[in-house]
Amino acid sequence: MSDRTLRIAGLVVLIGFAVLVPFVFGPYRVGQFTLVAAYAVAALGLNLLVGYNGQISLGHGAFFALGAYTAALLIEKANLPYLLTVPLAGVLAFAVGYVFGVPALRLRGLYLALVTLALAVATPQLIKRFDGLTEGTQGMTVEQPESPGWLPLADDQFLYLLTLVVAAIMFALAWSLMRSQVGRAVQAVRDEEIPASTLGVDLASTKTRVFALSAGYAGVAGALYVFAIGFVAPEAFTVTISLAFLAAIVVGGLATIVGAVFGALFIEFVPVYASDVNDALTGVIYGGVLILAMFLLPGGVAGLLRRIRELVARRPAEEEVRRPAVATEGRGVPAGKT
Amino acid sequence: MERFIQVIVDGIATGSIYAALALALVLIFRSTGIVNFAQGEMAMFSTFIAWGLYAGGVPLGLAVLTTLVLSFVAGMAIERGLIRHFEGGEVLTLVIVTLGLFILLNSLAGWIWGFGNRSFPSLFGDSTFDVGGVQLTWESIGIVGVLLAVVGLLFLLFQRTKIGLAMRAAALNPESSGLVGVRVGRMLMLGWGLAAALGALAGVLVAPRLFLDVNLMGSVLIYAFAAAALGGFDSAIGAVVGGWVIGVTENLAGTYVDFIGADLKILVPLAIIFVVLLVRPTGLFGTREVARV
Amino acid sequence: MTPLLEVEGLHAAYGQVEVLEGIDFEVEKGRKVAILGPNGAGKTTTLRALSGMVRTRGRADFDGDSVIGKHTADIARRGVAHVPEGRGTFPSLTVDENLRLGAYVRHDGSDVKEDLQRCYGWFPRLEERAGQPAASLSGGEQQMLAMGRALMLRPRLLMLDEPSLGLAPIVTRELFKVLGEICDEQGMTVLLVEQNAGLALDFADHAYVLESGRIGLSGPAEEIKGDDSVRRSYLGY
Repeated sequence: MSDRTLRIAGLVVLIGFAVLVPFVFGPYRVGQFTLVAAYAVAALGLNLLVGYNGQISLGHGAFFALGAYTAALLIEKANLPYLLTVPLAGVLAFAVGYVFGVPALRLRGLYLALVTLALAVATPQLIKRFDGLTEGTQGMTVEQPESPGWLPLADDQFLYLLTLVVAAIMFALAWSLMRSQVGRAVQAVRDEEIPASTLGVDLASTKTRVFALSAGYAGVAGALYVFAIGFVAPEAFTVTISLAFLAAIVVGGLATIVGAVFGALFIEFVPVYASDVNDALTGVIYGGVLILAMFLLPGGVAGLLRRIRELVARRPAEEEVRRPAVATEGRGVPAGKT
Repeated sequence: MERFIQVIVDGIATGSIYAALALALVLIFRSTGIVNFAQGEMAMFSTFIAWGLYAGGVPLGLAVLTTLVLSFVAGMAIERGLIRHFEGGEVLTLVIVTLGLFILLNSLAGWIWGFGNRSFPSLFGDSTFDVGGVQLTWESIGIVGVLLAVVGLLFLLFQRTKIGLAMRAAALNPESSGLVGVRVGRMLMLGWGLAAALGALAGVLVAPRLFLDVNLMGSVLIYAFAAAALGGFDSAIGAVVGGWVIGVTENLAGTYVDFIGADLKILVPLAIIFVVLLVRPTGLFGTREVARV
Repeated sequence: MTPLLEVEGLHAAYGQVEVLEGIDFEVEKGRKVAILGPNGAGKTTTLRALSGMVRTRGRADFDGDSVIGKHTADIARRGVAHVPEGRGTFPSLTVDENLRLGAYVRHDGSDVKEDLQRCYGWFPRLEERAGQPAASLSGGEQQMLAMGRALMLRPRLLMLDEPSLGLAPIVTRELFKVLGEICDEQGMTVLLVEQNAGLALDFADHAYVLESGRIGLSGPAEEIKGDDSVRRSYLGY
């Protein structure tokens, strides 16, 4: 069996499972999977920025919140049909991301991390600050999409499948983009900035555009989140969600498209199960798993699956992952250190 | 006018606490080249240990001293046992590891000591005194004094001792350091140990002013980041000056600018981080730009 | 008598690329040995291999103990002073600090002070600039600093990687003259890697020529210098 066959088979299984979810599980579970789909879109956006483009952002929760509140306001205050709010949330987040990206791309590595972290920390405060618009701390209830009469689906099933379709579109978009000339340019920027620029890649605009695109993804995800939860409040958009997205892509697999799915599953279900064991222990398990993942699975779950495929196919896998930002081999201590 | 001076003095005191944690961040940054996102939580954990000792009957001063030593050892252990494995690798990996440590320590503390809050006594007592109409607390004076003493000791260590020189060398150029027989790994361990002790110090100094709970150092960390960014991540002087500037600014803004209530005070350091990093990323005293991810 | 440094079948690689393909050479105590050869032959790699900075296999014994697989710092502690390509000085530290770092592993404080004075005696220009950052020194002065730093270790083996690199001929000649005097005075064992064969052959007692990761020729420096055909075909002059 070739690696290609295995990958397609795996994808078919994944999609099959995804489609069957609303018919196999009860409403609560389906609701969780709906959130997973929403988070996966956000994680994918972040992965474009971090995994493929090599920039770091600890603040994607801000764009997620922006998308969520945009959708919420458009539905509740402007009475727009909910479907329309998805692209609008995405576009607004893209625009804000672009504006933010212009100065931000002057920063490197840890400075960018800090600035985006500051953005993430500021987000709930800013939401509260503009409480005239956002209803501040008390939050806003939002009417959730309902299953149209002509479809034999319950509300939760419809919502899930709707989210799934949007997510699938976003994934397909990202996948084709990263395989194109544009995608190669994006990764060239990550790998070595100097060679990329000699190849005629405009570094500045590439980085800003990727930043904006990833923000747009987070915005779309935010809108989907609002549909799923039906409520927005500042507390949902603290630093925690930003860090969760980052954890998702690292655990799922940087610079992979499918990694976002695994990561989203991780951040949705691990806290749930961990809190079943012990409330306080949730964080211990979450943090512990993150650290362990770095020790054992630097390539994330996607990397692990790749290795399994290699074993089964008995041949090195296709170059799906090109030099991700996390080392795929454990880096030992350089010579000279004791 | 008296009130103004009081605000300034108090700002310098708070700023000294930020400076202490910022010094820890700078120490780690200079030696290991990363920002340790878990520095605050390590400090919080240490503060709980100090509290535990004190609640168990140990005199406060001794409890704090013991905690400093234990934190030093713990810092060394974290470097050797956890961070060492990832050194020389991708920065993003280390960011994730320190974030994971952040989450881990926060919850671990909650598990051990619960999520409620408790009070922590001041090392300097509660009394105040009057100087020309200005009300000063011994605590504020004490905090600033401790910081200055710490800065002095660090200066002596790094500029006047052999091991301090070796630590500086190891941070500047690990390869060349190996060639003169400096065991770079051990120097890094020492750096982390010192940073952990500094963090613990910041913790026990700030705890009397806020409530001791698992989120004690959350906002302090942000202020410390702002201080280090303002001062320059590779400058110790910068950390101190930055800390004082942030402390004073925060206090002035909180006192005199009305729409910044207690809730939004955090926006002050955040705004400073934004402005500094966008306008002058190396900070006031820093020299090199942080390497890219 | 066993040589101070004995190397047999030494292989060294960067990643998958093998640079040294099994070289043999030795350095006897008190002697000065030069390794010559064109760019890319693997001269620098040889020294790096002996300092534990490169993946190696084979045999390399310093004073009877292997240096294969050992950490750089431990090898230095055994008394091997390596002046690398690029000098290995700390640009932002002062001249004095650089020199004192050279003696880091020593515990004889008062002797270190003496050695420092002696070092300044050999290189008066360094004494003039003792409090200045190393980065402010000229190329030649930086090389002197690098050598001084190495000598502060009181090494049993001094390894020098292309000291003439980037320096004007006058400076290089002066440098080698001082170096020769110091080494003769101290009875220092030296392993010199140099592209400037002329200078190296004047300085050394014995020489090896390295080509594409293998030793091509070896012999007393005098002989190699004197043999025109060897010089022309191996050393290009």
